[in-house]
Order: sequence, then C-alpha cells, then structure tokens
Amino acid sequence: MSFSLPSPLESAPGARVRAVRDPFHGDLLEVSMGPHHPSTHGVFRMNVTLDGETVVKLKPVFGYLHRNHEKIGENASYLGSMPYTDRLDYLCSMTNNWAYALAVERLSGQTVPERAEYLRVILAELTRLLNHTCFAGFILQDCGASGTPLMYAFREREKILDLFESLSGSRMMCNFQRFGGCRADATPEWLEAARALVDGYGAFLDEFEELLTGNEILMARTQGVGRLPAKLAVGAGITGPMLRASGVGYDLRKVDGYGVYPRLDFRVPVGADGDTYDRYMVRVLEMRESIKILRQALGTLPGGPVMDPKARLRGFRAKPGEVYSRIEGPKGEIGFFLISDGGPNPYRYRVRPPSFINLTVLEDLCLGHSIADTVVILGSIDIVLGEVDR
Amino acid sequence: MRDPATPTAETPTSAERDELRRQGILLTSIEEIYNWGRSRSVWPLQFGLACCAIEMIAASMARFDIARFGSEVFRPSPRQADLLIVSGTVTKKMAPQVVRLWNQMPEPKFCFAMGACAISGGPFKQGYNVLKGIDRYIPVDIYIPGCPPRPEALLHALMQLQEKIRGQRLTGPSAPPHLQAGAACDCPVPAFGGHDLEPPKNPALWQPPVLVRKEGA
Repeated sequence: MSFSLPSPLESAPGARVRAVRDPFHGDLLEVSMGPHHPSTHGVFRMNVTLDGETVVKLKPVFGYLHRNHEKIGENASYLGSMPYTDRLDYLCSMTNNWAYALAVERLSGQTVPERAEYLRVILAELTRLLNHTCFAGFILQDCGASGTPLMYAFREREKILDLFESLSGSRMMCNFQRFGGCRADATPEWLEAARALVDGYGAFLDEFEELLTGNEILMARTQGVGRLPAKLAVGAGITGPMLRASGVGYDLRKVDGYGVYPRLDFRVPVGADGDTYDRYMVRVLEMRESIKILRQALGTLPGGPVMDPKARLRGFRAKPGEVYSRIEGPKGEIGFFLISDGGPNPYRYRVRPPSFINLTVLEDLCLGHSIADTVVILGSIDIVLGEVDR
Repeated sequence: MRDPATPTAETPTSAERDELRRQGILLTSIEEIYNWGRSRSVWPLQFGLACCAIEMIAASMARFDIARFGSEVFRPSPRQADLLIVSGTVTKKMAPQVVRLWNQMPEPKFCFAMGACAISGGPFKQGYNVLKGIDRYIPVDIYIPGCPPRPEALLHALMQLQEKIRGQRLTGPSAPPHLQAGAACDCPVPAFGGHDLEPPKNPALWQPPVLVRKEGA
C-alpha cells in the first residue's frame, strides 16, 4: 500500500475522524476511539485507520492511567507497596497481593504456614471466578447485549465480594496477604459461607452458559474473529487464558507448581482455534476447574496459624539480591521483579502485568476485521487499565 | 415557597398541604415541580477512569440498583448527560479530556469527585503524573471519600445532589449560573506545558490554602 499517514501519536486525542486521500485505495478514515469510549474498559485509546469498515491499521495509545506505581513502589517500604498492588488490576486484588508477597518471601527466604497456603489458593481461585464471570459479562456488553449478562455476572460478583469483605474488611482492595502468611484467619462461619458459594456456583454457570454459550448471536460475533495463532502468541509472550485459547497448554499453576497447587487435582482447558469464542470458552471452562480446586482446598484445609510467627512486618528489610516471582493470575502471568540493596525499600520494583503484554497483539488480531469487531476483540483480551498503564 | 416547613402569611404549611392532598388538591409551584422532575432524572455520563468505575458499575447493577433514583440511564455522549462522575485517578494526560467532556455537557450539569484520587490524588498523590484533585479544573458539587467508595456512598451522594437540586431557585440572584445571563460556564482546557499542565489550576475555582504563621512561633 503506497500511502503515507501522519503518525497517530502526533495527532491530538478526542473523538474525531479524518479522511486520508489515496488515489489507489480511495479514502481511508482515521478514527480515534477513546480515551473516553464506552467499550475501551477504561481510558484506552485506539487510533484506527479504516478502509470502509475494515481495519487496515491500529495504533494503541496508552498512559492515560499512568499513576507511577513502580516509582512509588521504590520509595515506599516493602509492606507499604502492598495496598498499591491492590490497585494494579483492581478486579483481582487477591492474586496481585499473592504475587507480590511471594516475591518478597523469596527475596527474604521466608516460609508460609500450611493453612495460609491453602487460604491463598482459595482466595486466588475465588478471584479467578470473579474475574472470569465479570469478563463474560463485559464481553457480552461489548457484543451489544447491554445489561442482562453483566447483571447476572455482577450478582455473583457481589456474593464473592461479600466473602472478601468479611475476611479482609474491604470489598475490592483487600490488602490481605502479608510476607509470611495472611493478615487474618478465616473463621468456621466464613469457610461455611465459602463452601455454600462454591456449591451454588456450578448451577449459576449452567444457567449462564445456557444463556450464552450456544447463543447464535454470540457465536456469529465471536467465532473466527480475532484469531491468534499459537506461534504468534508464544512469540509475543502472551500468557493466561488467551495463550491457552490458542492451543498452548501453559499454566503456571502446573509449570511452576507454586503454593499447594501440585497437591490439587485439576485440568488445564485449552482452545483449538484461538479465536474470540475460544477465549470466552476457555475462561468458562477454567471457572469449572476453579470450582473443583476450591472444593478440594476447602475440604482439606489444615489447622494451625496463618502467619509465620517469626515474620517481621514493621521495619522489614530484605537481604540484598534480586528476585523475579510470578503466579498465574486470572489474566495471565503476573510477576514482580525486585532488586534489594538491603534498605527498607526496594531499589528497583518492576511489575510484569499480564494484560499489558497480552495487549501487544491487538493490531495483529484486528487487521482485516470490521471496526465493530475491534471492540469485541479488545474485550476478549480482558485488559484492566490500572495494570496496563500502572 | 422555598421551604414549605416555614410558613408565611401566603404559603400554606406542609400539614395544610398534606390535608389538601388528601382532598385531591395538589398545591405546588413551577419551581417546585420543575426541580422535582429534574432531581429524579439525573443522567450520568458513562465515563470510568479507574478502580472507582467498577464500583460505579456495581451501583448500577441489580443489588444497589441506581435506577431507584432515576439515574440508571448512563449516557455514552456528554451531550445527553447531566452528571459527570469523575470515578478514579485523573492523570495529567487525562485531565484535558475530562475538562473537555465537562465543557461538552449542557447546563444544568453537576460533578461528583468519586474516590480519594479524584478528590486529592489519593494514594497516588506523590506521583508525577497524577492530578491532585479534579476540583482544580472543574467545579465539583459533591465529594465522595473512599478508596474506592462503596456503591452505597455513591447512592448517598446522589441523594445529596437531589436535595441540592430541589433547593435551587429558578430566578433571582441565588439562581444557578446557567440561569443567569452572561455567566461563564466553560472551564479552560489545560494543555501540556514545559513542566506541568498549563494552566496548573483554574484560579476562579481553586486557590491553594493560605498558611498563616502565628506571631512569635
């Protein structure tokens, strides 16, 4: 194609449309979607160049929610960064907490009591249920089913949030994990409530899937849309359900075997086509596996303390050294890289956010599809801007 | 007839009005029924910035049901919206867009600063890219503290806003600015300068607090 476009990065933001004349292909339209756009899941901007309705070029622009997470983390104490990790991926605070606590624990060589490990697994899987349920609601919203699926999803989300709130005191920003364990122990009543929720979740999923999975409109909008080949996915560092939807069975819970996951029996669902429908399906199947994990973990939860009695939180200093530690978050591999110089705060604090790296293939997925499909494809990547921009 | 509870010689007390209503006579004024109508149809802009936006969505879902207050109609276009809920951290890259959205909304319009970040920068206040409160650029009607505020807090703010709307006059010097001829309603949109946003604040709306040092201290 022999046409030249001004760099979209230089053009001013705001919803506007510009025609770019090209004698061979006719008029191309450059559309700036975002940062205020109902389907961008926050403040994300896509500069899309269109031939008719077909995307010929897509340039993501981000940084609209860059709130200096890493710089603040280098100036705060180790424990002081824990509440900030809640606000990375604000739907999944528990897994962010866990990834960060694991990094500091490996850096300082701390151990975690058995009960806390189980509690962490329970909370992480509840977070996965929460995230994937909301994902299904949001992607249906992006397909145009405004209201009903999201209402169902948020109804279940509220039930999980009630559990989080009674355990940690906060609905969304749990700030629950500590270096060497968990902040509070789960009461028998809490465990009973969690069991009741897990027992009822399968029925909800059945109901949800009956509405959605075989839905003709959902299939028409998502099957064959935004196909991600396995080779590209691996090459671009895609992780999480998006990678598994492309047919690569890579799950850190199996690969790394952190926590008590090696003792639990579960399968890793893998997609066949790598399209948007597979990305939806993999997440639904993952929720079924999460229910299995939760049943086992809640059934075999051992007694004992939830906090290492030797752990020291105030005035904590890590040994000099560096560590990279990762877990399988609901969106993919969430990792923390820390360099310690022995001081009270990390010398370097770096987050490996799954949704930012999954977003890098957005243009490859969208090329050749219509502009309405970019909304669905972006929804299927499942980004949270707090984590993308940090 | 601002406050029916304090009667004058001409205006009936609320007890008298209740008695009339039982007889099938509705006594009202243009101002009252106009404010009653618009206080119960405040349409927010469908606009989320960060974490607080998730709680804003939760407030519009079945459990908290913002529809009870007539505000479930989240409009994607600022031209159709009455209420801007600044739900989350406003960064310096995003601030011009927020102000532009505010300017695009038709009067009468209202603004919530939802969450610690929108009020003051919150936990991210020390960040070089974080605006220390959206009230530096646009007038905020109600501040909702919390990180993030619970959906109930948003509903409470909405009730407070309804209270405020019901108290507004249609005429006279205490009428809101959009009903007064010549009142400036647009806020200047900041732009990127050499070091910070230019201008760093709207002086008509926000001034830094004056620190007074005591004598001999």
